[in-house]
Amino acid sequence: MNLPPDKQREMLRQMLTIRCFEERASADYHAGKIYGVVHCYIGEEAVGVCSALEQGDQIISTHRGHGHCIAKGADLKRMMAELYGRQTGYCKGKGGSMHIADFGIGMLGANGIVAGGISIVTGAGLAAQMDGKGRVAVSFFGDGASNAGPFHECLNIAATWKLPMLYICENNMYAAQTSAAETHAMPDVAGRAAGYGIPGVVVDGNDIFAIHQAAARAIARARAGEGPTLIECKTFRWRAHTERIGQPDFRTEEEIETWKRRDPIARLRGQLEAQGALTDADWQAMNKEVSATIGDAVAFAEASPFPAPEQALEDMYAA
Amino acid sequence: MRELTYAQAGVEAVAEEMRNDQRIFYMSTDPAVSLMKEFGNKRVRATPIAEGALTGIAIGAAGSGYRPIMDWRQVTFSFVAMDQIVNQAAKIHYMFGGQRTFPVLYRANVGGGTRLAAQHCQCPYSMFMNLSGLKMFLPSTPGDLKGLLKTAIRDNNPVISFESNRLLTTKGPVPDGDYAIPLGVADIKRTGSDVTVVAVAWLVHEALAAAEELAKDGISVEVVDPRTLVPLDHAAIRASVQKTGRLVVADEAGPTAGFSAEVAAVVTEDPATFARLKAPVKRVCALNVPIPYSPVLEDHVFPDRKRIIAGVREVLQGRLSDKAV
Repeated sequence: MNLPPDKQREMLRQMLTIRCFEERASADYHAGKIYGVVHCYIGEEAVGVCSALEQGDQIISTHRGHGHCIAKGADLKRMMAELYGRQTGYCKGKGGSMHIADFGIGMLGANGIVAGGISIVTGAGLAAQMDGKGRVAVSFFGDGASNAGPFHECLNIAATWKLPMLYICENNMYAAQTSAAETHAMPDVAGRAAGYGIPGVVVDGNDIFAIHQAAARAIARARAGEGPTLIECKTFRWRAHTERIGQPDFRTEEEIETWKRRDPIARLRGQLEAQGALTDADWQAMNKEVSATIGDAVAFAEASPFPAPEQALEDMYAA
Repeated sequence: MRELTYAQAGVEAVAEEMRNDQRIFYMSTDPAVSLMKEFGNKRVRATPIAEGALTGIAIGAAGSGYRPIMDWRQVTFSFVAMDQIVNQAAKIHYMFGGQRTFPVLYRANVGGGTRLAAQHCQCPYSMFMNLSGLKMFLPSTPGDLKGLLKTAIRDNNPVISFESNRLLTTKGPVPDGDYAIPLGVADIKRTGSDVTVVAVAWLVHEALAAAEELAKDGISVEVVDPRTLVPLDHAAIRASVQKTGRLVVADEAGPTAGFSAEVAAVVTEDPATFARLKAPVKRVCALNVPIPYSPVLEDHVFPDRKRIIAGVREVLQGRLSDKAV
């Protein structure tokens, strides 16, 4: 992978930002400052797709959506304010963790329904095709969604209409608490692409360069009018399905520890250090900067007002 | 005035709007041939039978600057798209803080009379009325259908056009030229002074026939056609009932938590209207069963002019003593 060192360091910083954001969101959730539910992305931060996209390309996310937001360039302050239920949040406090969107940057929303976003972003892909400007649309979803109807309906439609789509399955091997081994007829989700006559690619989901490379190929194919690609990123979440207390987690300590040793952030850091593209001082400085950014986001959220109760009646219909 | 069938009026509304706005495109499992011929297969897409995906694709295209029309054909087929309707289309504008507009029109035929049995003779619009975030209408005439469709296509929100199976081949006057009927405005299809009948779709015609029959006995019936289900024209319904003091609601759907229940509530929870009521509200609805196939059974289940007449006579019981006072 011949990415310039600056870009590689930027990827590392982004992964670190996602992790720090998630750690803070988790802590503030348990401190009662964030309500409802938070689904942490820790362990899955190697989102190599967005760094291969251009302005005007669109993505859609899942209930585990903070990482996708950050990778697409969302404002951490407005994200944190949304988690805090404040007026200054992306959705004016109406969405929360599971429903952050920033249509301005082409982030069409996290979605609380597994597989719920796949068809919406396929519509964005149809729009991109009709626009004819070479834009693409990306659907992020998990292994759980790959067993639901919209996945299959949309892959068939996108393949038939040659839509400029990337379907990115982040296979963390557990749909909530249930393992993919118990629920998938075939071990590789990517293998299903054959049924729709499109490329299906398996990549190491903790290797951001591998993902970036696979995405770049799929994007080039999509921009060339050759249709969609299904990419399966094999990865693992370190934390439970949600931060809610008392939820069962049937994964063994051993399995979790094995995956922690494959930490995508430590891996990239090691690669950069080995190339001489990152010193220990750089790493310390990066940590400090990221930590300060997250601190600023929390300060912004805490200083922001809650919405007025009657704002519950606003934004029902567009003018 | 020229006459068109209800179905023709629908096609004409779509074609006129598509000529005016290149952002509009149409998706259906079997689109009208005339539309495909005029606009080609990119703007009028014959789709796979995948209503769930297509309902969501319409939302995504709408959020990306287009104005899609997704034709479910029979409302039956919308049920496989319920996640996209309930969790996505109805909520996407509000839940994301009003960031984008989602101008989608969904079309669905409803109602009985086609001898197609339980799955294809349904009137489930109250299920959709119960959701916050969607607008919807159910017109009774070709002219109303065309005017409401044009408004809906220009609306920046998801709108559902429920269209009556029984009326597809019914002809009626349709004005020339470009006209649109605003959502949320009822139409008084017949003025009267003794009883208000609020009816939708085919039952508007049955109510008009009932009114004609009752007029022979000196009973004056006002027929109110709300046309739009959401937003419902509360003011027009209440004004009519305040005038007549009596209300019959006629609906092809069953009564439970239905459109008819909503109309009854709109009337009875308004103090000024409640004070004018001279009789309990009467609902004339389908019986609470899935719609059976055999004509004898189907006709027994659906309300018609005879049941409307009986309903009107029921709310008029005691009218003589009224007059004596």
